[in-house]
Amino acid sequence: MSELTTGSAAAGSASEYEPKIVGFLCNWCAYTAADLAGIARIKYPDNIRIVRVMCTGRVEPTFVLKALSAGADAVLVAGCHPGGCHYQEGNYKAYKRTLLLQSMLPQFGIEKERFRLEFVASSEGEKFARVVGDMVAKIKELGPLSGAGTRLAALDGFFAADARMEGGVNLG
Amino acid sequence: MADKLKFAFYWNASCGGCEIAVLDINEKILDVAALADIVLWPVALDFKYHHVRALADGSIDVSFINGSIRNSEQKEIVELLREKSKVVVAFGSCAHLGGIPALANLCSRAEIFDRAYRETPSTVNPENVLPRPRTRVPEGELELPVFFDHVYRLDEVIPVEYYVPGCPPTPSMIAEAVTAIATGKLPPVGTVFGSARTVCDSCRRTKEEKKVKAFHRIHEVEADPERCFLEQGIICAGPATRDGCGTLCLNANMPCRGCFGPPDGVADQGARLLSALATLVDSKDLDEIQGLIDQVVDPAGYFYRFGMSSSLLKHKVLRPERTAAAQGETMAQAAAAAEEGRGSR
Repeated sequence: MSELTTGSAAAGSASEYEPKIVGFLCNWCAYTAADLAGIARIKYPDNIRIVRVMCTGRVEPTFVLKALSAGADAVLVAGCHPGGCHYQEGNYKAYKRTLLLQSMLPQFGIEKERFRLEFVASSEGEKFARVVGDMVAKIKELGPLSGAGTRLAALDGFFAADARMEGGVNLG
Repeated sequence: MADKLKFAFYWNASCGGCEIAVLDINEKILDVAALADIVLWPVALDFKYHHVRALADGSIDVSFINGSIRNSEQKEIVELLREKSKVVVAFGSCAHLGGIPALANLCSRAEIFDRAYRETPSTVNPENVLPRPRTRVPEGELELPVFFDHVYRLDEVIPVEYYVPGCPPTPSMIAEAVTAIATGKLPPVGTVFGSARTVCDSCRRTKEEKKVKAFHRIHEVEADPERCFLEQGIICAGPATRDGCGTLCLNANMPCRGCFGPPDGVADQGARLLSALATLVDSKDLDEIQGLIDQVVDPAGYFYRFGMSSSLLKHKVLRPERTAAAQGETMAQAAAAAEEGRGSR
């Protein structure tokens, strides 16, 4: 249990980088597990913002990209174990999309560790806490994901690009 | 003469295909000529920018602008056209969504520069002659436009009233847009011409069950011309692409490439296609699933072939610290090398 508390203990120092993680949790398994972790008073870092969904199969890749482009440093999707889906195969769909999205993200310079799918049964409160703690530690190593989708998206960024070039970044 | 409309056609980062598409309306081009005077069309007619600058603001009725925005010259001219035009139409995939040029957003500017002027096998440049923003010659100083670090779609740079999608737009789509303008029956601002639905909607191929045990690239197999491409394991952008093209590619036994962009209500074309494609995998064995997903090479290229600038991610993430260091280094090296080159001449 002790390793589970390290994350929140470290959160005490103000200067340390605290990643923002968005968690899409399936109503039937992972969300219940998160509840269980709370009831059992298992400590885990509070870097995760939880969104309850009815099934991991409902989590469109768009949601993940939207989160990453809107300021999240990482996204966790967690749901039932293979064979345990309340809707038969939603978690398989999530698994297939996850793998494909993970193979695409590095092309955008986004480490695939920033998007993770985990199978967490409703009884696995401890596993949920461990997954979150582990993920927070990894993302702290990677550092913030600044700039996904926001890069020069606004016109002020446009002029910043101009200014940088005027400032002597000569092409050649 | 006074009643004639004024049109301008302009191109930015594009291949010229959109210009050809305008001519592809064949004899209808005479109707356009009867309908409107053309005040700027660099690809076909000899006008100068100062002619356009001399026009009163808002005096051009419609500017058809193709290509994405890649450098400061393009930005300057589209801003000028915006001032002088009542209506601006983003013409073709590049102006609408970023298009093929926007795939360059998967690289940094420094990488593109090095690739183009140093690394390509066909580049022979022992003297290290490189373009510079400013070059001094006996007659004075020459200036090159600034090459941006990002490829923009047109409406990221200036406000745009209408979008004519396609790579290139089809003659019927152009005719539809021109007719709407000529008759004054303009749709609401922001309208993308074409259908609100997807290409699959009007695709006539046989669709049965979408379950796939292998993915193929189009050149690796002989595609059945009657059956849904996706059911054959060939990536087709139909489910995530706006309809209205007349399924031209599919009729020619080529899968949809996605040039019309996402249909109404879809925020990210690539993510939607990714989602549709991944779930085709017919397996519940986690290792087998991994094996099949690995067969999809270059997912970003497939999913954002035309839509990079209008995607959620838009660009490869370049960490500020990493970028500054990498670019600074490349630029410094380039400058030093250029100095050396000059000295030896």
